Amino acid sequence: MQYLLMIYGNEAGMQAASKEQTGQVLAAYTAYTEALQKAGVMRAAERLRPTAQATSVRVKDGKTNVLDGPYADTKEQLGGFYLIDVPDLDAALSWAARCPGASMGTMEVRPIWPMADYA
Amino acid sequence: MREDGLAARDAAEQVARRSYGKLVAYLSGRARDVAAAEDALADAFAAALADWPRNGIPQSPEAWLLAVARRRTIDAARRQRTGEQAADHLAMMHDELEAAAANASDIPDQRLALMFACAHPAIEAGVRAPLILQVLLGLDAAMIASAFLTSPAAMGQRLVRAKDKIRKAGIPFRIPEHEELPGRLGAVLDAIYAAFSEGWTDSGGTDVARRDLAEEALFLGQLVTQMLPEEPEALGLLALMLYVEARRPARRGARGEYVPLAEQDISLWNMDMIEAAEGLLLRASPLDSIGRYQIEAALQSAHVARRRKGDANWSSIVQLYDALLALSGSPVVAINRALAIAEVEGAPAALEILQSLANDARLTQYQPYWAARAELLARTHARDEARHAYEVAIGLERDPAVRDFLLQRQSALAP
Repeated sequence: MQYLLMIYGNEAGMQAASKEQTGQVLAAYTAYTEALQKAGVMRAAERLRPTAQATSVRVKDGKTNVLDGPYADTKEQLGGFYLIDVPDLDAALSWAARCPGASMGTMEVRPIWPMADYA
Repeated sequence: MREDGLAARDAAEQVARRSYGKLVAYLSGRARDVAAAEDALADAFAAALADWPRNGIPQSPEAWLLAVARRRTIDAARRQRTGEQAADHLAMMHDELEAAAANASDIPDQRLALMFACAHPAIEAGVRAPLILQVLLGLDAAMIASAFLTSPAAMGQRLVRAKDKIRKAGIPFRIPEHEELPGRLGAVLDAIYAAFSEGWTDSGGTDVARRDLAEEALFLGQLVTQMLPEEPEALGLLALMLYVEARRPARRGARGEYVPLAEQDISLWNMDMIEAAEGLLLRASPLDSIGRYQIEAALQSAHVARRRKGDANWSSIVQLYDALLALSGSPVVAINRALAIAEVEGAPAALEILQSLANDARLTQYQPYWAARAELLARTHARDEARHAYEVAIGLERDPAVRDFLLQRQSALAP
């Protein structure tokens, strides 16, 4: 099964971190990504720019509304994701727990909805 | 014809009890579709009740049910899916199902793994025990709802959502690794105990379905201790259930009347079960991890020793209740503790404790609270108050035998 591991964290805290601290976090992510690749379970992964660079769009009554900022103001923001393919939820949870993001914020694990199941 | 029908119903009920969870685990298959497995099994049981009275009970009822249920599963999948996709799915299902030969003994026993799936942390905590009762034992939502004091409709919905999550989130049927085991096991044990308590409500053992439920809970408890022989709380739970079950024959008199522990004929106790329970507690103690079930079993052991040897160590019983109260904070435990304290410090001290609990709104509708109050008040010769407390207790009791017992106590109060 495929799962999206969503990395939520306090981006203000991350931006306030020293260069050295940031370097450590990036090194941890590099190692984690490599481990996922070695295990043959990684399908995709990206890091997102902070919510300051986010723009929201909504169409209502035929009118397009463009808003500066993220969809919702929350304490922790989506900062990146991994798409993995593993046998079951337990395997997904144990990969999520290893992600550096798990000890700095929250990992949300969501199963991918396969097109075959739409019916 | 009528007798055949009864025999067929009996046979179906027996398979349901012994094999339901095993068949659900198996039929759920790789897709872990518990709801579909249950639907197919329900159809198979209905077919059995129509077929067996006419054609006789098959040699292996379990294999018969499995064969019918899997035909239904495949039919359902064929209806839902089309083309290539259906072919793939059917091939996969066919392989899985063929792997279990006609011989039912080849069906792998995944009941414990299924229990752990139901008690998975990804499943909402309040629904784990009801889910185990339904998926492992086939209890319907209405019966479970009444045991857990919620509405059948709400319970039904929560069960549906939980099964949906098992399938869609990919929760595995698997026994957890050692480090995550203790937390996960607690939820499984609580569910087994809930099943046992539900079965035990009918202490006269006149309602067959309920008596079987207690038996099934014992069976599940045994299953867990066989597969996890070094888990002290699993041993404690099984010991607790055996102590209670051992006294079942003594809990009712010849005319079905309720007999309290202090007046039970101990020659009616099942000594094999009591010995087994003592053995389990001894096995648990060196494993060095105390918990609710071991303490409750130790309390049962103390009560049994009190009746068998005639000497009661009430202060150690109070200590056990102290420990249990610290663990659970339950007002029900507090009531039992008060009754034990009455034996050490006298009824007035116990009444004071009950008074301090009286603000808990849950207790105003709890029969044992009022019965305990009445008993203690009677001992202090506060007759009018005792009569009133008995009145409330009687009004709250569902079981006619217990009601009669309380009525007798009430009328035994001196005028």
